[in-house]
Amino acid sequence: MSELVRVGKSPAAQRAAEAENKDRSQVRQKRMISDHFDKLARAKEDGRKVVYTFVPGNLTELIGAFGMLPVLPEINALQSGMRGRSGAYIAEAERGGHSEDVCSYVKCDLGMLRSGNLGPTGTPLPKPDLLLLSYTGCFTFMKWFEILKAEYDCPVVMLHVPYQATGQVTREMRDYVVRQLEHDVIPAMERVAGKKLDLDELVAQLTRSARAEDAIVDVWESAKARPSPIDAYFGGVYYVGPIFSSFRGSEDAIAYYEELREEVRGRAARGEGPMTPDGPMGEQKWRLVVEGPPNWTSFNDFWRMFAKEGAVVVASTYTRVGGLYDYGFRHDPRDPLGTLADYCLGCYTNHSLPARADLLEKYVREYQADGFVINSVKSCNSFSAGQLLLMRELEKRTGVPGGFIESDLVDPRYFGKANIENRLQSYLQMLEARREGRAPERTALPVALPVLAPGAT
Amino acid sequence: MKAPLAPAPRDADPARDVLRRAHALLEDHGLANAAAWKRDHPGRLAVGYMPVYAPRPLFEALGCLPVAVFGGGDRDVIRGDSYFQSYICHIPRSTLELGVSGALQGIDAMVFPAICDVIRNLSGMWQMLFPDVYAAYLDVPQNFRPEVGGAFYRAELERIASDLVARGALALDPERLRAAIVTENARRRALLALGDVRREEPWRCPASEAYAITRAGGALLAADHLALLGEYLAAIALRRGSPKDNVRVVLTGAFCEQPPFGLIKSLELAGCDIVDDDLQLGLTYIEGDIDAEAADPLGALVTAFLERGAATASRYIGDAHKGDALLARVRRARADGVVFAAASFCDPALLDEPMLEAAMDEAGVPYTSFKYAENTGQFHVIREQAGAFSDAVRLWESAP
Ligand code: SF4
Ligand code: SF4
Repeated sequence: MSELVRVGKSPAAQRAAEAENKDRSQVRQKRMISDHFDKLARAKEDGRKVVYTFVPGNLTELIGAFGMLPVLPEINALQSGMRGRSGAYIAEAERGGHSEDVCSYVKCDLGMLRSGNLGPTGTPLPKPDLLLLSYTGCFTFMKWFEILKAEYDCPVVMLHVPYQATGQVTREMRDYVVRQLEHDVIPAMERVAGKKLDLDELVAQLTRSARAEDAIVDVWESAKARPSPIDAYFGGVYYVGPIFSSFRGSEDAIAYYEELREEVRGRAARGEGPMTPDGPMGEQKWRLVVEGPPNWTSFNDFWRMFAKEGAVVVASTYTRVGGLYDYGFRHDPRDPLGTLADYCLGCYTNHSLPARADLLEKYVREYQADGFVINSVKSCNSFSAGQLLLMRELEKRTGVPGGFIESDLVDPRYFGKANIENRLQSYLQMLEARREGRAPERTALPVALPVLAPGAT
Repeated sequence: MKAPLAPAPRDADPARDVLRRAHALLEDHGLANAAAWKRDHPGRLAVGYMPVYAPRPLFEALGCLPVAVFGGGDRDVIRGDSYFQSYICHIPRSTLELGVSGALQGIDAMVFPAICDVIRNLSGMWQMLFPDVYAAYLDVPQNFRPEVGGAFYRAELERIASDLVARGALALDPERLRAAIVTENARRRALLALGDVRREEPWRCPASEAYAITRAGGALLAADHLALLGEYLAAIALRRGSPKDNVRVVLTGAFCEQPPFGLIKSLELAGCDIVDDDLQLGLTYIEGDIDAEAADPLGALVTAFLERGAATASRYIGDAHKGDALLARVRRARADGVVFAAASFCDPALLDEPMLEAAMDEAGVPYTSFKYAENTGQFHVIREQAGAFSDAVRLWESAP
């Protein structure tokens, strides 16, 4: 398993399982990530500049073209969640006056910062030379970097990406992003880097991105096979690691995604399913589409709840927050700044609720899903506000009932294992009854929603 | 000849009538007024908009009545709750309740300005639930260069204007826009005059009254609000009274979801003179006049937004120091302290608050903080907290 998303049993059992199950792509990803953190640890002595930025709308190619190193605070937060540290970090931020109501990624990151800012490899993360506020699909990003700005003495540059409220990118929206790149973002990066942008290098990065993007789309589409050779949610979060974070545009990313594609093709040809925390997946009874981010603090438990019931996820929206490549988008080296704008504008959380409903409907149909589950996280208004209507709308359009689960990203207080398991099982029982023609389709929303409370079980 | 008005009773408050009218507007969210206006102006549009800032002069220039739809207050929410998880703030539920219950039937269009992910997603919900009503998301720039954010904002305004025209609004005419800007400037100056009274003679103008008189403007054309403000200012000038021994506070909360009226009263009863607040931020969001003489009045509206938008949680402040704007308000109001109030589950306000508190700590300004929801019904805890705060401030001030 990768460092980016580590799942496992006890460390020894995990090592044994890894030795047995590891695909070559996983080994590669692990090495890539460990190399990246080594570079970050040496950044100051090597004279490399460090840019903190966000996953949706990230400008990895531009950062790469300047030879800078990205740090993605969301990924630090999710790693802290998986490593069992987020609870303490969040508590630290709340002791410092942050409300329990707000996004736990922000508090986790802040708590980590106040606790020495140790990265996943245990070495301190370097301070940023630039905060690149890629303001795409989430208003909380702005608050997050305002808070970080007060902690670090470094410049901030904002890239405001307008929201696709009408389901379309207009010329004005695109021009607005391109002009910000020209007038604000690139000049700020040039000042920090102490050199001009190397346009040839940017073009080379974008060319490589498109190749990696081709490969990941093939990986996603492999889930149309029966059995699916991938789990597009729990397994999918491993697959998006390199392309969402620091590697899109690199040779490493191409090598990783082409290797992954071959492995997935091999599994499909052999009629094999994906790996789960407990080994290869058995019978695939249920094909599901999932909307919303996963819970990270009990990621394995969460995954097992699905795998144990024979539920494989064939498509998910969370794995599209860093780019909707299966909608046809590819970075286009012929128009370097325009393509960066298109990329930022097209991330999943920058799509309107009706467009999100369209995408989910498409996934349910194209991947021949038996059902869909929404994991609504307390932290994230960007994802969560409107999800109940999304569920109702999808039920109406597809005739397929939806399941609704509530948890959080990295706040362990909001993962009620028994409650979530019960809900999932009841949902699958409903699908079972429907499959056997025993129950009418459910078409109405649950009237009273359970209150998600700390410690809910 | 008009019948002589019955003289007001000797002890009657001179502002009683104007306050009663303001409260009547608040109680039904201005909807009866909108219905009456539409009867008088057949074919014209009532344009609802959500917090915080909306370009009201543009709507007026298009012959529309802008109506601030700032939630349902403490009205019962029955169906709205079934659309939102427990950890989403209250304003989208009560607003949706107004929508699904048919209360907003007279509102022809809804505009959702970009302030947070909830309002943003609510714009999509509106499109899905009310396909016959024009629902526009108004993206406001976070880049304040004229050729960058300005060009984008202008295109946003033109897009919404042309969509409204296609639905029956009057064509966008520069002279009508100029006239709307002139009136808007006058209204803003009247609001400043109200602010002056609050700062200089808070006993004459309690915050709860200022709030009602200001918020009533959300349901009125600027000219009508200007008249209401004028009437109120004239009435309170007649009041007799004397200063109270209250502490002077600034109430701040990047208010989108509005606190219940009882909460403001509770703060007053706890011994606080609220000498400044950002409760109805949208009406004073543009700090200073919009250039009514400009050759291009739409450009003037854009420039005012870029150059003179108020520092609040939903606006990027670039290299400015967080808290400086609040501190300036505290100083201008000669306030003894700050009361932070944030809507529960409101990411923008709640994430802003610790930064603002840090700035107050640095400047030695005492503060207290609490959360509320628009339908909070019990105020004793808040009253006790505010009472303890005002006592502490007094003690602190009298310390040698
Ligand atoms: S609100 Fe959602 S998208 Fe925004 S930072 Fe938090 S988890 Fe990420
Ligand atoms: S109260 Fe806060 S979170 Fe809720 S809609 Fe308003 S700004 Fe958004």
